[in-house]
Amino acid sequence: MEERSILSLRERLRRRELSAEELTRYFLERIERLDPKVKAYITVTPEEALAQAREADRRLSSGEDLPLLGIPVAIKDNICTRGVRTTCASRILENFVPPYDATVVERLKAAGAVILGKTNLDEFAMGSSTENSAFFPTRNPWNLERVPGGSSGGSAAAVSAWLCAGALGSDTGGSIRQPASFCGVVGFKPTYGRVSRYGLVAFASSLDQIGPLSRTVADAALLLQVIGGPDPRDSTSYPEPQPDYLSELERSPEGLRIGIPRECFSEGLSEEVRRVLDGALQAVKDMGCEIKEVSLPHLEYALPAYYIIAPAEASSNLARYDGVKYGLRVSGRDLMDMYKKTRSQGFGPEVKRRIMLGTYALSAGYYEAFYRKASQIRTLIIRDFEEAFSEVDLILMPASPTPAFRLGEKTDDPLQMYLSDIYTIPVNLAGLPGLSLPVGFTEEGLPVGVQIIGPQLADAPVLRLGHTLEKTLGLNLQPPLE
Amino acid sequence: MAISREEVLHVAHLARLEFSEEELERFTRELSSILDYVAKLSEVDTSGVEPTYNALRLENRFREDEVRESFPAEEILRNAPEREGSSFVVPRVIKG
Repeated sequence: MEERSILSLRERLRRRELSAEELTRYFLERIERLDPKVKAYITVTPEEALAQAREADRRLSSGEDLPLLGIPVAIKDNICTRGVRTTCASRILENFVPPYDATVVERLKAAGAVILGKTNLDEFAMGSSTENSAFFPTRNPWNLERVPGGSSGGSAAAVSAWLCAGALGSDTGGSIRQPASFCGVVGFKPTYGRVSRYGLVAFASSLDQIGPLSRTVADAALLLQVIGGPDPRDSTSYPEPQPDYLSELERSPEGLRIGIPRECFSEGLSEEVRRVLDGALQAVKDMGCEIKEVSLPHLEYALPAYYIIAPAEASSNLARYDGVKYGLRVSGRDLMDMYKKTRSQGFGPEVKRRIMLGTYALSAGYYEAFYRKASQIRTLIIRDFEEAFSEVDLILMPASPTPAFRLGEKTDDPLQMYLSDIYTIPVNLAGLPGLSLPVGFTEEGLPVGVQIIGPQLADAPVLRLGHTLEKTLGLNLQPPLE
Repeated sequence: MAISREEVLHVAHLARLEFSEEELERFTRELSSILDYVAKLSEVDTSGVEPTYNALRLENRFREDEVRESFPAEEILRNAPEREGSSFVVPRVIKG
């Protein structure tokens, strides 16, 4: 197999050099051989995938042309798939089989995609290493002793190890961008509302956003084109139609003004990441962009504000897991006892921690001091970005303060784990589009990503800068797995 | 800003969770250290700042209340932990 991207596979499928069934078998064979090491998938669906592939072949031979016809993809296991269990990597949903497809899954299927299976995550997308999965941790294809990041670690590892051509993840505080950075793949969190959340199991509804993980920026643009756009079933989806992202990619980024927030390059950023980012910055200058220092004065308050807002929303969203209508039930002596036993045995430690934190922050007497205060700080963070974007078109900053860390390195200290998302969280609070793009390696050979951020709805310019930077750098991103 | 063991027990009840002795000790310690960290927010003067609950500042959207097709009851009940006919079964709530 030559160039690893959706667009090149699509060309070969269209030219009939390769059938969708052959391509699907190719990925299923790789999953069988390599996934026992990587452990990216919770569920693989070979029969459904082969049936979809044969259907794609029928359509290809009758000359049908759909954006993803015959392309094998993977879905994070917190996105509902009709008839295929959707676990959220939690005991409480271990046997849950959704009666419907999420809007994004419906759109992937309508575009002709083949669904290979469901990928691992931190339980309910709460975590930064995929070690909070109730089933097993996923490993980083670049170094199996390292984490793939999280929470979309299964999707990022699957794309990196070429166990699917592209994948969907979800991003509440960095859960697409941080694992993309750790695994050397492209990860894009679109503007809040660009992609329907219907069928995404809710974590923090004002922050959650579905987005693509892929080998190239053009592939991410293609996947977003398919899954994005207004949806009457999600009242927070943005009502206007999307631009044509792929054609926007070809415009030159020359003359774009790029902001570098001074607060991001001070304490806490690892030297190795800084060195790689300096190289990326030079490449952006050489492309004819103008570099300008900007300031995000409230950046240091984003993480504490997030750890009030996200758990508060989570504690409310996760109240639905009560053992009555679906999911795990552990019987008790009465209704209250049943609720408590079900939830205490069904949720893992990180989920409980966040439910506790959120319940506390919303409880009588603390609401003003915590939830309202954090929501006011959210306003200040949005204003900081607005101020910065009055001077520059896009912002460049780290995706994560460190490269992929070792399994077990941060599991005993929740706060240390939370700090892994320090550069991605502000973007969710402000609802902005953020792209994580691999731009180099540490001395040990671990990939490092940069984050490109735009104003609300400037998804296309973010992708355009990423696409040009990717072409300029021309990195070899095959992990040493085989 | 420490949270007491009693407060943890109270919040756990509100959240319909129960802990072993060991978990209780651990959650009290961990929640205290996280709350210490978020106390940093009080450094910021936010007087007169409107809170944000939706970054795109979307307004409520209304639609006509029309009857539409929904899921067949049988499909929904397939995930029920316990059912009887077309009902979910729960432990007795009213003392008989």
